Amino acid sequence: MNNAELEIQLVAAARANPPSDAVPYAFEKRIMARLAARPVVDDWELWAHALWRAAAPCAAIMLLLGAWSFFAPPGSVPANTTSDLSQQLEQTLLAAVDQDQTVDSAR
Amino acid sequence: MTLGQGMGILHRMERTEAELIAAVLKGDAASFEPLVKQYSPRIFATVRRYARRESEVEDIAQDIWLKAFERLNSFRSEAPFEHWLMRLAVRTCYDALRAHHRNRETTFSELTEPEEDWLDRFVTQPDAAKEDAEAARQLIARVLEQLSPSARLVITLQEIEQRSVKEVAALTGWSVPLVKVRAFRARAEMRKVLAKIAKEKYL
Repeated sequence: MNNAELEIQLVAAARANPPSDAVPYAFEKRIMARLAARPVVDDWELWAHALWRAAAPCAAIMLLLGAWSFFAPPGSVPANTTSDLSQQLEQTLLAAVDQDQTVDSAR
Repeated sequence: MTLGQGMGILHRMERTEAELIAAVLKGDAASFEPLVKQYSPRIFATVRRYARRESEVEDIAQDIWLKAFERLNSFRSEAPFEHWLMRLAVRTCYDALRAHHRNRETTFSELTEPEEDWLDRFVTQPDAAKEDAEAARQLIARVLEQLSPSARLVITLQEIEQRSVKEVAALTGWSVPLVKVRAFRARAEMRKVLAKIAKEKYL
């Protein structure tokens, strides 16, 4: 069999029979319906949704920490530090500022 | 109709198309419908060259239009809308071919009786085998099905649709040298498939 000739004849057959360009009935209506049904992506809405979902876990963590600081047993705190957890937290957060003030006053 | 009148109508149509696109970009989605109606026949004819079943044709055509709507803001009005749309269509078809190629299960199946008859006729009297025979069309579809996605795309665009290398490059987004390399490989791949058919049938 002459494969080169077979290739030519098959390609010619494909050229001679172009595919149909028939469009299914009301195809454009279906496309428009699909476009209308698509959710519109709004960045602000995405942010608001994410923040709203984060609100509940944040509130839960806050309540847990509050309860822990209120009900923490006195033995869990080292003896050489102040017993109030809120004071400890304040000292930790403001440690850098306190250090600066100490250096300034030493000069 | 005079040439001037014809040009006038053409100009009005172009303006209408540009206006429709501008309206869609401003948020009037309904203006997209006339574009879908106007260009769907070309989209369907293109998709039918690559899809295996009619149900796939509709899915791919729908995918093309949804992408076109999403990416309409990337359309630059210097080139005709049709060119932009056809590029999108060809690339979507290529993606579909690649997806099918990854998931394909079947190998080359037995030839049907009309296909066998056509091949027999071709072997005995090559000139007598009609080019437009339905069996030949089925056979070439079967051969194309066996090619890799890139080979099928190149053979379809260059050999069957008789497009130039530059046109193929523009439609596929490949560089001109890459089109040439892929066309060379595609022809070799096709000859291999044809040789396989010949071997299975006559040896």
